[in-house]
This record gives sequence, structure tokens and C-alpha cells, in this order.
Amino acid sequence: MATTLTEHAPHADAHHHELSFVRKYIFSEDHKIIGIQFLFMSLFFLLVGGLLAAIMRWQLAYPTDPANPLPGGGLFPETMVNNGIILPEFYNSAVTMHGTIMIFFAIMPLLVGVFANYLIPLQIGAPDMAFPKLNMASFWTAFPAGLIMLAGFFVEGGHSSAGWTQYAPLSADPEWTGVYAGQQLWLISMIILGFASLMGAVNYITTVINMRAPGMTWFRIPLPTWALFITAILILLAIPVLTGALIMLLFDQTIGTTFFASATGGEPLLWQHMFWFFGHPEVYILILPGMGFVSEIIAAGSRKPIFGYAAMVLAIIAIAFIGWLVWGHHMFQSGMNPMLGMSFMVTTMIIAVPSAIKVFNWLGTMWRGDLHFHTPMLHAVTFVAMFVIGGLSGVFVASTPVDIFLHDTYFVVAHLHYVLFGGSLFAIFGAITFWYPKMFGRMMNSTLGKIHFWLTLIFFNLVFFPMHNLGIAGMMRRIYDFTQYEYLAPFQGLQMFISWSAFVLIGAQFIFAFNFLYSLFRGEKAPQNPWHANSLEWTAAPSPPPHGNFAHTPTVYRGPYEYSHPDAPGDYWPQNEPGPAAPAPEPVYAE
Amino acid sequence: MTTHAAALDRGGMDATEVGMGVYNMKLGMWVFLLSEVMFFTSLIGSYIILRAAHPDMFAQPGEVLNVPLTALNTFLLICSSVTMVLAFAAIERGDQAKLKAWLIGTALIGMSFLGVQVFEYIQLSGHGFVPSVEGYSAAGAPLYGTTFYTMTGFHGFHVFVGVLALWYLVIQAFRGKYTAANHGAVEITGLYWHFVDLVWIILFTIVYLI
Repeated sequence: MATTLTEHAPHADAHHHELSFVRKYIFSEDHKIIGIQFLFMSLFFLLVGGLLAAIMRWQLAYPTDPANPLPGGGLFPETMVNNGIILPEFYNSAVTMHGTIMIFFAIMPLLVGVFANYLIPLQIGAPDMAFPKLNMASFWTAFPAGLIMLAGFFVEGGHSSAGWTQYAPLSADPEWTGVYAGQQLWLISMIILGFASLMGAVNYITTVINMRAPGMTWFRIPLPTWALFITAILILLAIPVLTGALIMLLFDQTIGTTFFASATGGEPLLWQHMFWFFGHPEVYILILPGMGFVSEIIAAGSRKPIFGYAAMVLAIIAIAFIGWLVWGHHMFQSGMNPMLGMSFMVTTMIIAVPSAIKVFNWLGTMWRGDLHFHTPMLHAVTFVAMFVIGGLSGVFVASTPVDIFLHDTYFVVAHLHYVLFGGSLFAIFGAITFWYPKMFGRMMNSTLGKIHFWLTLIFFNLVFFPMHNLGIAGMMRRIYDFTQYEYLAPFQGLQMFISWSAFVLIGAQFIFAFNFLYSLFRGEKAPQNPWHANSLEWTAAPSPPPHGNFAHTPTVYRGPYEYSHPDAPGDYWPQNEPGPAAPAPEPVYAE
Repeated sequence: MTTHAAALDRGGMDATEVGMGVYNMKLGMWVFLLSEVMFFTSLIGSYIILRAAHPDMFAQPGEVLNVPLTALNTFLLICSSVTMVLAFAAIERGDQAKLKAWLIGTALIGMSFLGVQVFEYIQLSGHGFVPSVEGYSAAGAPLYGTTFYTMTGFHGFHVFVGVLALWYLVIQAFRGKYTAANHGAVEITGLYWHFVDLVWIILFTIVYLI
């Protein structure tokens, strides 16, 4: 690392010469291109994760039913799908890989890899990241990690099947799952991906602290950048802990160490503590950026200043900080001292406070606003609604007594999908449709966007809401064939309903994919500021911004949410527009 | 210093008006070291927990590990931090010759540290103190070897990376790349080197002495 960091000269020289195709689009150092590279990569993985979910849903709709073989099952080798029947080993690895791919290769890069790279320099008025070469290295580390992860499907013994949480000793001892190479590829891929995240985080933090345009004080930074900055701090501190744990697990498998093998003194519970010490900040890594995007979209869509800007920032910081003190709530049923469980329960409940502040502020922003329900706004409002449902079911599972009953059931599956899909993914759809004109210089088709939105909203709820009921009825989270239990067998009708809803939900995503690709070439040309927003990417840079972003370094005169201000000439007031009533820019760092 | 160069190319704004007044590379290194703290904490914390849970699986200080030899090694590494500071002080004054001398000194001491560590590993594994369950025959239990080699191994790897960085600095110094006004690379490599030194002092204390 040290040698990499020493390489970087100031980036002024990057502006003036023409770059070859390879340097411009493949090994690019431009933060915008790198963000778009992450966008294509993670949308591909979103598709892979969705197809794995479809395989699981087929098995749950028609558990080991020869009358209903998996469509296209003949494409799989016999060790995965035999005569159209999904084998238990393959089901387990589909469960594992759906979680792994969605969290680490789809949602996390979509939120951070795409938007931290794309938005941070544009929103703070910088020509690029602090370390453009490191930024390029970050993508070109994440991409091979993805390939290694995919390679696991093609090795003997299949892919890892120990669950995305990789609990030891199931993950540590290959004898237990029958997975050898796949398990090690999983670990190696995740270790490499950790380096990519780390390079990104160092870059984002340094950039936000050091590269802001004149007048861009801390409390004038747009909320997406605030959220991404705090997220980068979480990544910086959480990922190394996961890396440490992954390395120990890899050593247990390859060189015969005994960190997690209880027979020789290791502690399987140590894995759970380390994984969740990373894993709970990770949960906030997956939601905070979405909260930032939604704040931006709701303010622009309501033509009102964000309600309680400072409270929004402080709530992000509070969530990020308390997020370090709650990891034990994933382990209530691990034999934990009830007293300790109680304290984890209390800290977890406390997180509901800053989360609720944010929800009420979004509602306050919309209250009596001039609401424009364009596609990004629809997604953003849905984020708020779904996040409330996911947050409330979170309060259920955070209560130790209730969790005894709900732990490891479909209630947890419902909860986490309401937060990750209903929350993060709706925020991502909102953000992609909102910033697409800036990224590609063309608008996405609004009709297709709304059809995609409504189908996704309706079928998302049809898929995941009934899972609450399944969970309360006692259906286990990762079970292959639930009909083996008499008390679960009557739910097969509901399972088929969920599965077919899921297939429609997945199908609806192809409308989005079509709209995305079609608009790249045929979309209406985007103006510089289609949403009449205030932040610098809209007001100081064309769509798409050129290499180096701004013709002149913008000077910032006010906060990013001055909509419908009485002193402003229009209903929005660009951050970089000198106004008669505008105060002179204050130094950020009064020394 | 290179300090304000990164900010200066943005429309002539002085770095003191925005940001920390610290140049990007140095801030980046501090941020990176924060993540390194978390990484070593994960390894050291695991060791503490495992040892507290199974005191019988770990040997007493000096029983298996060669404390005097490692004490010498610790002394070497601390000396290398001193020579690193002297290299930095030299280039702050613009003294190229002393910069080269102290950088080479630091790199050589770092390599000696690694040499002693390799010698120690060979000696220990000869006595059946290995990282794996298979073949373990020293005092304590395999868990002892597991944690020992993982912690000291990853520290050794960090020293190795540091030595590579130091030789890179030496080459650049001989090309006359560093001046009193421009030596950020020397400073941030120094930060990294001191961090690695500090980690070793903690490791030496809790692995060898306690």
C-alpha cells in the first residue's frame, strides 16, 4: 500500500491531453468512468443474484416435485439439478450465493462503488478523487474478486454452502458440507474484495476532507455525500475485521490452524462475534447511502428545503456510531448471557431513535410541498414506506424474548428484505433514475420507469409480506424441503403464491434493464439540470460532465437544499450562484 | 513541502481554506493506518479471547519462545524507527547524502529483523512448534502455534512491505527525487514504518512477555 500511495502526483496534469480508448474507458482514472464501470458490474451481479433467488423459489413452490421440474434444469450438471429436481447441496449453495452476491457484489457496490465514486467529487466541487490511480485499482481489484466468486460455481464440489454468514465449524470443516475448492474460492474472493473496499474508503474519506471547493463547508455538503462519507468510515473500520476473520478461516481450511475448530481448542463462537462485529456496521453500510440519495430526491421532488438538515447529518452519524454496539443482537440464540443480550437489545432499540428522526424529517420535507412524482421520487417515497415496515419488524427481532421465537425463521428473511430490497434497492433505483441524465447525458423513459416502479412495488410486497406469516408459523430460514414437517406442509399454496410473485418481480426488472440500455442510445437528450436541483453536479457541470468535471472550480455560497427560498430568483437556488442576499463564503477550517 | 500542491491546482485556492491543511497522501496514509489498527485488533483480540478461554493450551513465557533473541530483534526494530526519523529530518534540511544513508540503514535493519524472524521460525518449527494441528509437539497445544504464527506472520509481512517501500525510496533518493520542499513519500513511509514498529511492541509484550 505504501508504495502505491507514494506514486500519486497532484492530478493537474490529467486535464489537457487526449486519452486512448483503453485509458479512457477501461483502465480509467476518471471517477465518473469508474463509477459507471461499477454500475455495469453490479447490475450484472444483481441479475445473477436474482436468478439464484428464482432457483430457490422454484424449489420452495414445488419441493422436490418431479411433476414440476425446474425449467431449464437440463442446463445444469447432474450434481446440481438431477432430472429437473434441485438437489439439496445446490439449494444450499444457491442460498449462500444469493446472499453473498446480493450483499457484496450487487447492493454494496451499487451504493458505494457506483455513487461514492460518481457523486462525491461532483457534489463537493472537486475535479476528481484524491487518489485517481488508487481508485482505478479499486475497481480492478473488485472485478477479479467477482470473477473468482463466480468461478466457485464451476469447481468440483460446487460453491460454498455454509450460508452467507459462513458460521464455523460448518464453514471451517470441508467434511461437513462436502465443499472444498468452492469454499476456499469464496474466502479468497471476499479477502480480495475487502482490499477493493478499503482502497475506495481511503479515497472517499480523503477526498471529502481535503478536496472540497471553496465555500463548501461541512454543513453545506449535500446529504448523499455526507452519508457516503460516514459509510466510508464504517467500511474502513469494519472490513479489516472481516478480513482478519476470513484469513483465519482460510488458514483453518488450508494450513490446518485451529481458530474455529472446537475439537482442538478453537472457538466457533469467535467467528460469530467477528463476523457480526463487521456484519452489523455492514448493515448500515447498506442503508446509509440509500438514506442520503432519498434525502436529495425527496427535497428536489417536494421543492422544499430538507426538513432538519443538521438533524439529518447528526442522525447519520448517530446511526453509524451506535451501529458498532449492537452486533450481539444477531447472536441472542447462541447461548449468550441473558444480561449481555439485554444490553445488546437496549442499544439496538436506541438505533430506532435516529432512524425515526430521519423518517419524520422526510415526511416533514414532503409536508405541504409542491410534490412532483417523477420516477426517482416514487422510488424515494417507497423507500421511506418500506424502510418503516422493515424497521418495525426489526424492533420485533431485536427484542430478546420475541427473538427466541422468530430467530432463523422466514420472519427474519422478510425483515431483511424489507430493509435491503424495500430500502436499499428502491433507493438505488431512485438514484439511478435520478442521476442517469447526469451520467449518460440522456433521460430514462418515464413511462417505462413508472411501469417498472409499480410492478416492483406491488410484487415486492406480495413476495415478502407473506413471509412474515411463514416465519411466525415457524418456517425455517434456509430449509430445503419444508413439506417434511407436517405443520408447514399446508403452506404450500402460499409458497406457490410467493414464488410466482417473485418470478413476476424478477421479470419486471427486465423492464428496467431494457429502459436502461435503450435510453443509453435513444433516450431524450438530458438538459444540464433536469430536476432543477441545487447541488454542484447539476448547477456547475454539463450532462455528462467532462474529464475534470468543472470548467472553473465552483465557489459555494449556500446549502444544497434552498428550494422555494423567498430571496431566490426561481424556486431553486444553485449552491454556486452568487446572490444579492448570499453571505460571503466562510472558511471551512477556521484556524 | 508538497503539502498544498494538491489543493493549489484547484483554482489557486490555498489548502488552509478547505480541508485539514494536511496534504492528501499524508491524510490518506493516516486513514489507511486506522484500518490497519482494526486489522491487527482482530488478530490480537482473537488471541486474547482464545488464550483467556484456554489458558492450559498456551505455554509460559520463555518455555517455547526464545525471549532474549526476540528482545534483541525488538531493539533492532526500535532502532530502525530512529533511523527513519533521522532520514526524514535529513531531507527536511535538504541533506540528500544523509537521507540516502539513513534510508539504507533503515532498510537494512528492517531486513535484519526479518532475517532473525525467519531464523526463529525455523528453530521453533524444528522443535515441533508449528501453526497446524498436524505435527504439533511443543508445549501447550496447536492453538498456541496457530495464533503465534498468524500474528507474528502478518506483522512480518507488513515489515516486508515496508522494506520494499524503503528500497523504492532509496532508488528514488539516488535519482534525486526528494528535496526539502518535496518529500511527502518519505514522510508517509515513515508513518507506516512507525506504525509497524508500534504493532511489534504490542505483539512482543503480549505474545512473548505475558
